[in-house]
Amino acid sequence: MSTPVVQGIPPVGGNEQGPASTRGPAAAAAVAGDGGRPGDGAAVRSWFWRGLYLAVLFLATLAFVYPLVWLVSASLKPKSQVFDNRLVPETVQWSNFAAVWDAGPVLRWLFNSVTVGLMAATAVTISSALVAFGFAYFRFRHRNLLFGLVLATMMLPGAVTMIPVYLIWNQVGMVDTQVPLWAQNLFGSAFYIFLLRQFFLGIPRELFEAARVDGASYLMMFRRIALPLARPALVIVFVFELQASWSDLLKPLIYLQSPDYFTMPRGLKQIVDSFALSGEYHWEIAMAATLIATIPMIVIFAFTQRYVLDGIATSAKQG
Amino acid sequence: MASALQRRESRAALGFISPWLIGFFLFTAGPMVASLVLSFTDYSLVGSAHGVGTANYQELLSDPRVRTSLANTFIYALMYVPLGTAVALGLALLLQRVGRAAGFFRTAFYLPVMTPAVAAGAMFLLLLNGQRGLVNQVLGWVGIEGPNWTTDPSWLKPSLAVVSLWAVGGSVVIFLAALHAVPRQLHEAAMLDGAGPVRRFFSVTVPMISGAIFFSVITHTIAALQMFDQAYTMFYGPQQKATASDASLVYMVYLFQNAFQFFRMGFASAMAWVLFAIILVITVVQVRLGNRFVYYEGAER
Repeated sequence: MSTPVVQGIPPVGGNEQGPASTRGPAAAAAVAGDGGRPGDGAAVRSWFWRGLYLAVLFLATLAFVYPLVWLVSASLKPKSQVFDNRLVPETVQWSNFAAVWDAGPVLRWLFNSVTVGLMAATAVTISSALVAFGFAYFRFRHRNLLFGLVLATMMLPGAVTMIPVYLIWNQVGMVDTQVPLWAQNLFGSAFYIFLLRQFFLGIPRELFEAARVDGASYLMMFRRIALPLARPALVIVFVFELQASWSDLLKPLIYLQSPDYFTMPRGLKQIVDSFALSGEYHWEIAMAATLIATIPMIVIFAFTQRYVLDGIATSAKQG
Repeated sequence: MASALQRRESRAALGFISPWLIGFFLFTAGPMVASLVLSFTDYSLVGSAHGVGTANYQELLSDPRVRTSLANTFIYALMYVPLGTAVALGLALLLQRVGRAAGFFRTAFYLPVMTPAVAAGAMFLLLLNGQRGLVNQVLGWVGIEGPNWTTDPSWLKPSLAVVSLWAVGGSVVIFLAALHAVPRQLHEAAMLDGAGPVRRFFSVTVPMISGAIFFSVITHTIAALQMFDQAYTMFYGPQQKATASDASLVYMVYLFQNAFQFFRMGFASAMAWVLFAIILVITVVQVRLGNRFVYYEGAER
């Protein structure tokens, strides 16, 4: 990697006289190595600022990550200790997870969430890619008007269509099934269409023209050229939607009545309601359930984080 | 010949965008019309709907809970959107200055974004606990006596903002990318002209990333006005006492209650259209203001 350690701007050194006299010479040399040839004072000063930045970032990291670490610990504490803030539980109580098990069909909820999430993410990725390709590659009448309409729907609050859409699903007897949680994704989603179109626009048109000369159909161009080249963007869309679907509480509240059909967040809400916010205030059971609902997303992120983070960065630049 | 190709292309294009077209009529345009019609009726899911004229809209004006929920939502948005933007921008600026270590921090900051809203809400009910929560304990170290975040009516909205702020990592990633896209010659030129770090931040950095800031403010405002998951998780549900205060009643929660708990579909539809109108006005104002300040590279987009 040729990325210089100090980006663009030399550290904002005011009049600070480097108090960082304790720094080793190796560190000073490392700084001098990338910033032209600053004098000794400047090197120490820039080292000082870099250390300060890292310290602040480290504190921020604690704020973002510590609650999740604390959650693991809280889920293992007995009822009387769940409110203490020790990181290592005084007494480890594995039975919290058994209690969650008895509190509801957790495995079923996880399975439901996985099914709904995969259906929702797959459907929205494929449909949005098709639509995005249509807007990116072809020239047709009213294209800009229609694309403007796609973008405009992003401003429309879900509440406006929520009730009639519920009435539609009610009419066709799909309330209290999981179909309404993902079926709308078959028709693409504005933000993802926007994002994927940006990606497709970045593919050199000559690639498509060459394929055309070789007699490829439009669908083949889409499948053989556009999709493979847009793979990073497709992964982002997939993971975004999986996360959104896994996190959603409103739709499961509206559509699901039988506990057997609940998704994990809906089930978690029920456990929090009946164990922690009422009854005997068993927060430790609620925390164990919270951990169960959170871990799958963290695991998925662990496997896809390069794609996701770089993808957000790229799409932000193009947007 | 060209026109034959054009016709073929148009037909193919129609094929590709047809999923969206069908969905638009079935799940957007159609329901929009239906919802507008419903908003002038007393439909309640059972029985038939009767036209009630503008009664729902009149009730909206006089219902104190509508006013409360609207005020709560605005207060929440006014806390969360500016704070979230500032924190995200600050962290992104720091990340930009630590080189390759940024990768690690970026990943760490994004973890809360992956945490389901219900899980975050449940967790923060404990972390924000007034007596024994971690947040107040940490505040205590620096000599601040923390409030009763989850029970004191005047602190419910700040605690909702805190839960949302915890998931600010997505904006950090976007801002960091925007910062990296600023050409360094601009900074060098400004430095040659004798501009200090503060001056460079406001005269070079901010204008160059104004597009990203603008986009982030608009999308977060729209999302904040529709906030539901955290508020419902933390403060509503079957265990909720009838006497509970309305201090955490955000607009979407009240709308949801009207539609699916009181089955006042007509009234809820009217509420939805008012929300739409509010979002529309706010977005238009933001875009107008934005166009004055936002710098677009190459103007034409």
